[in-house]
Amino acid sequence: METALALEELGALFFGLGVLGRLAGRIGISPIPLYLLGGLAFGEGGLVPFTGIEGFTELASEVGVVLLLLLLGLEYSASDLVGGLKRSWLAGIVDMVLNATPGAVAALLLGWGPVGALAMAGVTWVSSSGIIAKVLSDLGRLGNRETPAVLSVLVMEDLAMALYLPITTAVLASLGFLAGLRTVAIALVLLVVVLVIALRFGGAVSAVVDSPTSEVFLLRVIGVALLVAGVASQLQVSAGVGAFLLGIAISEDTAENATRVLSPLRDLFAAVFFVVFGLNTDPAEIPAVIPVALALAVVSTVTKVGTGWFAARQAGVGSLGRWRAGAALVARGEFSIVIAGLALTSASIDPGFAPLATTYVLLMAVLGPVLARVVVPAHTAVTSRRRAVT
Amino acid sequence: MTNGPFVRSGDRRLAWAGVDVEVTRLPGIGTKQEFVAGDGRRIGVLTHRDGHRELLLSGRDDPDACVATIPLSEAECNALGTLLGAPNLVAQLQDQQREVEGVNTAQFPITAGSPYAGRALADTAMRTRTATSIVAVVRDHVVSPSPRPDFVFEAGDLVVIVGTGEGLKQAAEILENG
Repeated sequence: METALALEELGALFFGLGVLGRLAGRIGISPIPLYLLGGLAFGEGGLVPFTGIEGFTELASEVGVVLLLLLLGLEYSASDLVGGLKRSWLAGIVDMVLNATPGAVAALLLGWGPVGALAMAGVTWVSSSGIIAKVLSDLGRLGNRETPAVLSVLVMEDLAMALYLPITTAVLASLGFLAGLRTVAIALVLLVVVLVIALRFGGAVSAVVDSPTSEVFLLRVIGVALLVAGVASQLQVSAGVGAFLLGIAISEDTAENATRVLSPLRDLFAAVFFVVFGLNTDPAEIPAVIPVALALAVVSTVTKVGTGWFAARQAGVGSLGRWRAGAALVARGEFSIVIAGLALTSASIDPGFAPLATTYVLLMAVLGPVLARVVVPAHTAVTSRRRAVT
Repeated sequence: MTNGPFVRSGDRRLAWAGVDVEVTRLPGIGTKQEFVAGDGRRIGVLTHRDGHRELLLSGRDDPDACVATIPLSEAECNALGTLLGAPNLVAQLQDQQREVEGVNTAQFPITAGSPYAGRALADTAMRTRTATSIVAVVRDHVVSPSPRPDFVFEAGDLVVIVGTGEGLKQAAEILENG
């Protein structure tokens, strides 16, 4: 009977997510905020409490994080990352300083201490490459001259995550300074080794997973990804980072096939991940954090627009293009939730963290695409009024 | 840092048939190849990682933005290449020679059975035998103008020849049967 109930609950859950995903497509927003809302609606303190499937959903959401980061790594080749690092390191630093600060300051003001500040800094820092790539494609801006600048900022953020996630994992586990330093050193060495391997012997890693049969290929890729993620997790480097580095190390042809076979799985497990995050947040705590979330949303929108403006200016793009780049980068999404999910595993994190992160991402995942759309007419209106005045 | 709208930000630049083609990697998306046309607008092709292609055309008011992003299938890409490439060349040459009485332009294929498939242009002795000139060869939608005598034909090439009506008839016969 228990199995029957669990199957029914899972079925209802996935079907519900499918309905929400379709709704998101209809109104032209990312499904991530709706998945979070779905998670809030069910579970603890929600409308329908789910019981008996926690074992599955917890593990599935871990797999979701691994797949999210694996596919992110597969998207980039090592030469993309090294090239991005050479060209856009300055934009990357500006991005980090401007956008990590609001989260850190907010957490400190709320009295969450340095650990909370570190985690919240990550939540406001990282843009959603998934949402942004979709928005740029939908708006026909992939060929625009500011787009390489926007993508470079995303590449830099993802690269920075390979260091930020291990650092945060170590701090959250309160490993102490030396052990923490060791973790960071491992992550740094791993990153360099993976980049060198990928640049010099990309074929070797691909050969481990490659197979002409898509079934065998799928099993091998998933197997290696989970193994690497597990080992990385044991080394306190965080499972996601292991998967991300593996994705980078897999060379381009194999990466494309892997992306094709893994995308549906990623969509499934990542959806579970977002729902589980929503499930673990008590909706009753949300109203209390709305003012902070709104303030954070306003400030970090301004800082992100500034980042994009700066990056596009560096690339020699004109005024309107700089604003387009800024608005495009505003969306936060999957990465903020990954970081927040990591923070939740620690006892030293304030219980207010999850509701704030959820509310913040809900706001930014919806606001980002809207802003990207309205920035062009808004800019035109402002410049024509200015012209009328002078 | 602001050097006006035409700053080159691409990763690589190719000079192709006298046109500066800028190649830009778009991490996670694909590769963009574009050039600036005579009127200042960018024309380009965005090749996505999965191989599908989009034709890009930038705006006049805002050269950074694209006014058109048109997805093209493989067949459409070939059709567009052909429209802009080979026949246009013949039409152009015909146009130029309309003034000259008795001179025509025509294109003939090198068929798989042609005795000149795999042989050099000089072997045809075209000018000596027919008083016509081979002005271009089109291969895979790429035009090689004024091919040299050591140019080696391949089956599937289109040979563009200028000459009198009678000369062209003989040229066709030579390319087909030797």
